[in-house]
Order: sequence, then C-alpha cells, then structure tokens
Amino acid sequence: MSTSPTSPTARKTIQATELMGRIMREYFYDLNDAAVTGRRKVAWCTSVGPAELLRALGFAVYFPENHGAMLGSTRQSTELIPEANAAGYSPDICSYLTADIGAWLKQRTPLSKAYPGIERVPRPDVLVYNTNQCRDVQDWFGWYARELGVPALGISSPKNVNDVTEGLVEDVARQIEALVAPLEAIVGARLDIDRLRETVALSRRCSEIWRDVLETAMHSPAPLTFFDGTIHMGPAVCLRGTQQALDYYAVLLAELRQRVADGVGAVQGERLRLYWEGMPVWGRLRQHSEMFAALRTAVVASTYCSSWIFPAFDDADPFRSMAQAYLELFIVRAEPYKERYLADMLQRFKVDGIIFHDAKTCPYNSNNRYGLPQRLQASTGVPSLVLSGDLNDLRCVSDEQTKINAEAFVEQLLECA
Amino acid sequence: MTHAASPAAPAAPAALYLGLDLGSSRTKVVLIDAAGGLRGQAVRKSGIDFAVTARACLAQALEMASAGSGDIAAAVATGYGRSNVAFVTEETKTEIGCLARGGYHLFPQAISIIDIGGQDNKVIKVGADGRRQSFKMNRKCAAGTGAFLEEMASRLDVSLETLNALAAEATEMIKLGSYCTVFSATEVLENIRAGRRVPDIVKGLFYSVIKRVLEMDSLTDGVVMTGGVVAHNPYLAEMTAGLIERPVRLPAQPQFVGALGAALFARDAAAGQVAADAPPDQGD
Repeated sequence: MSTSPTSPTARKTIQATELMGRIMREYFYDLNDAAVTGRRKVAWCTSVGPAELLRALGFAVYFPENHGAMLGSTRQSTELIPEANAAGYSPDICSYLTADIGAWLKQRTPLSKAYPGIERVPRPDVLVYNTNQCRDVQDWFGWYARELGVPALGISSPKNVNDVTEGLVEDVARQIEALVAPLEAIVGARLDIDRLRETVALSRRCSEIWRDVLETAMHSPAPLTFFDGTIHMGPAVCLRGTQQALDYYAVLLAELRQRVADGVGAVQGERLRLYWEGMPVWGRLRQHSEMFAALRTAVVASTYCSSWIFPAFDDADPFRSMAQAYLELFIVRAEPYKERYLADMLQRFKVDGIIFHDAKTCPYNSNNRYGLPQRLQASTGVPSLVLSGDLNDLRCVSDEQTKINAEAFVEQLLECA
Repeated sequence: MTHAASPAAPAAPAALYLGLDLGSSRTKVVLIDAAGGLRGQAVRKSGIDFAVTARACLAQALEMASAGSGDIAAAVATGYGRSNVAFVTEETKTEIGCLARGGYHLFPQAISIIDIGGQDNKVIKVGADGRRQSFKMNRKCAAGTGAFLEEMASRLDVSLETLNALAAEATEMIKLGSYCTVFSATEVLENIRAGRRVPDIVKGLFYSVIKRVLEMDSLTDGVVMTGGVVAHNPYLAEMTAGLIERPVRLPAQPQFVGALGAALFARDAAAGQVAADAPPDQGD
C-alpha cells in the first residue's frame, strides 16, 4: 500500500464553469455600470446580510467578502494586508478585511484584470452589514463609511446560539424592518413588498438547488469536490435572489447528475472521502485540489459551501423568514449544535475523515479550538486532522506542513480502512 | 534499537532494503536485510542538496554493509527531501508513517511517539496492532524544535553538543515564559545579565522544549522518544519522564527510527510484490 501521490492531473473539470464565468462577468459589469453611471444605487452587503431587501429595493448589490476571496485566490492579498496593518488593522484580525482595505489603499482590484474596463470596485451609496458571521464586518464597513462618507447600517446578531428561538428571530426581524426607511431614503423609492416576496422566493429556490448541487457529492465517486464548490458557489453568494443564479445551477446540476449516472468522479479512482470544516485557503485552492486528487482522495463536503443553504426563506413571511435564515447559519450557532450538524454531515456524505482548517485570522470559522474535533471523533469515530493556515494571509500558510499533514492523514486512514 | 548492537556485515549480503530519511537538518540512511537486521547506516547534515547528501550517505551505508547498489531490493524515502532522491527511489512515505512503523518495530505495543526534529515536532499514537491512531505536528512555529535549541546555544555562546551535559549539571531550573524563540532569546539574555548559571538556563530551555511538545496532545500508553534532538540530548528524555511521571523509552539510535521505518516499508512493499509475482499454487 503506497500513498505516493499519483498523477497530479487526476481531476475532472466541470463544463458549466464557462457559463458561470459569463454570468459573473455580467454581474460585475452591471455593478460597474451602476456605479459609474449612477443609474442605480449601489449597496455593499455582507455575504449573509439582507441582500434580499437590498435587491427588492432596486440596489445593485456588491459583496466585499467576495472581493476578499478574489484577492486571496489571485494571491494579491498577502502583499496588500500589510497596508492595512500599517493603518492600524492588526495582522491577527480578518484577512478579508485587511486584504480588502489594503487593496483600497493601493487602489487595486483583481476585477480590473478579470473584466477589462472596470477600474475600481463599485463605489457604494450605502454599506449594510450583519454581524451574524463576525464582528469584523462591522469594523470593515465602518472603515469604508469614514473613508467614503457613506452611511453604514447594520444588524447586530447574537452569537453562540443553540436554539433559534422566537425571541431571537423577532429581534433580528425588527432590525431588518428598521433598515427599510433609511434604505428607501437612499434609493429614493418605496419598498414593494411583493417584490421582496418574489426575491425571497428566488433566494429560497437558489438555496434549494445549490443544496441539490452539493448533495450530488453524497454519491461515490463524488462528481464534485469542496474545491469545485468554492468556485461554483459564486452565483449563490453574489446572485442570491435572482433568476440568473437559478438558471445557472439548473445547468450545473444536470451536468453533475449526468456524472453520477455515468459513475464519473471529480477525483479519478476515489478511495477516501473527506469533509472540510472551515475556510478555504484561497491562494492555494488549486494546489490543495491537486494534492488531494493525487492522493485519490475526494473532499466531498464542507460547512463553508453549505453555509449558503437557507431552508427558512419563506415568501409568505419575508422579514421573519429572512431573520430566521440569517440566524440559522452554522457560524452563528453554539458548539452543541455544531457538533450535531457535523455528525449528521459526516454520516450523510459517508466521510472517512474530517479536516479542520485552523485559520489564523478567522476564529469564527476555526472550529477546532474548543475541543470539537476530539468530541466529534468520540461520538462518530471519524478521525480528524487540523491544518494550520489562513484564508487570505499566506504568511500564515506552510505548504510543506500542509502537504505532510495531508499525506500522513491519508496514510493513516488507509491503514485503518 | 534492537538491531543496532552488531552492524557488522556478512561477506555476501542477501537482498537489502533501503530507507532514506531526508530531514530538514540531517539525512539518515538505513539498510536492513529481510529479517529486519541492520546492515548499514549513515547520517550527515542535509545541507542544500538533498540528492548529493543522500548519495554520500548511501555510499557510506553500502560500504558498511559490504554491498553494492545492485543489492538493494527496494527503497522508500521520507522527510522533507523525499522527492529529491529519484536516482534511487520514487516511493515515498511521510515521516509520520515511517516513525510509527519504525517505532512499533522496536517497541511492538501501544505507544505514543514523541519525535523532536530539527524543524518540527510530532506526537504519534500507535495502537497495539501497530496501526496509527492519530498524529499531531507542531504548528508553523519553531518553538520546541531543534532549531530553538540551536538558536539558544548560539545566544549562550556554547556549542550544541554541550547542552546535554550542561543541563545535567544544573542545580536549579530557570523557566522561560515565552512561546516565541526570539522572545525566549531575550529572556535568556536577561538571565545572563542577572548572573544566572548557564547550566540552569539550559535546563530551563530543555523544560521549554518538553512543554511545547506535551501541550500538542495527550499521551497514552507507553511513551517513546525519537529524533536527533533526543539522540544528542538524552537528558531531555529523562526530564520528560519526570514531568509525565512515567517511564520514557529511548531507542538505541533515536535519530534513525524514521529511516528504519522507511526501510521496513520498502521490505513490506517488496514482500507484497513477491507475493503478487509468485506463481499460483499448481496443486496436485
């Protein structure tokens, strides 16, 4: 039994990627047009902020976290982060934040290279955050509010929630409702409640089809991996609440279901199935994808990609259901819930081992720090590995240590198989 | 090491199995025979060209075994430079796997292996059946590794080789508070300025190394220590035993356990190949 890596080309590409590229291109040019011409107001929104409300009000919606991920995946983040550090933002805080602020200070954006004609990120008319993910987003948007002189509005969400109670939902729903008046004033139009219902319904359907996409990986061999998911989640993040996202995922889902029918796996010769808990290392997506493929190991599921599944959206009760959807998010929840959620995912996806990415600058997405891997192994028998790294700051990533750990983990799992 | 006592080679060697451990600090090579007996070994500073160092080690080990490269039936490489020895093998295993294999070969029981290397530390748990149960590596930081002791020896203006004897003659132990190698160096300088005895500082450095390792994982079952740092500083094992309040077992040659594991994997692979190549039983 050898774990010597096999051919690094043992991955299968997804044909729908080209279509996704076209959709994302249209999205960014539309945003740029809104900002440059002033024909539509631009709102910046955190990734699980009230995007449905903003779309229903007619804003062009931009997600700085997506920009942070682009800075990471294009490996520009590590040289931009020090710019924000020098401005007083610690290297220990969110490296999406520091990379993005660093990029603004240097007036750089990967959008310019990817989409010729776009010179800068779209200037916002309003910044809208939800602290359900972390407090850093509030400080991040606060910086831009001061820098650009635009209002920052937000929702303060509770943390470490075990049960999403009526009281919590009511509180957040009221905060979302309170955003309506100031946002109406900025956009110069009244909220059309039917349009909000329609947007919430589209988000619900996007969430469902995205879940279907991810759940194709329950099959063995898995037709897509976590690394594919981090790329193909683009429309679920940026175009939630639009028909374009639904249309795209219908195409992707059909391709993946065909793979399942044909017995085609994303990783050739799949022999192990892993779960990825935590953020991706954006600047190492390709390397990690190839590394696991060469080990004939499919990373079949993740908390991260599954975080854009919102079963609570309900067009009959848009404000409360938005509140519930935003609160049910894994990152908002307490350890007992997280343990139950992960145990369920490991079982449903028939996982052999779980990787916890301990991201230096993202404690909220580093769930190895309070004994969860040990408790999970005790309750499920699924072994775990902790990889130290970061989402965007490659100064915190050791490629050799990652490789040794991953290979040794695969060796261990094969020994015990 | 059970096989380490009499490395003298017979005149006509049978098939040999080669393990190469190309570590960040030192390259170790072991040759064993089909029975697992040691036939040759060598260790050198890895330097900047793993392949050149590995060739030199291999030549030395073959000479010790009175054998030639044609006698090598199979080889496995491990360590940071494991991909740099294609001239002899492309078969690789992680050092974690090799340490577990070598450690269990020497101590065939449920064990926790503490390996302290030049740039990283590992705690590896092996079950009574020899299968790995888990492993932990130090994070990116060099605290608690051989590199930490090298830096501190430099600050104390003593050679690395003298640390063990110095620690053993300590009359007290000066504990350092910091995780960080650079901050620890500052603490060392503060203690020098305060006129504290070097042996007492060195014992504190050893304590720091052990604490960094012990905080990586809990230890179960029998404890075995391996790696170049304990090979040259066996007092570390003695101190560890005192801290964990149970015996710590040291192989005769702690530095070679990874290379031994690689050689055993090579032997296993060759045995599997022989079995696969063997003609089917024709019966009557």
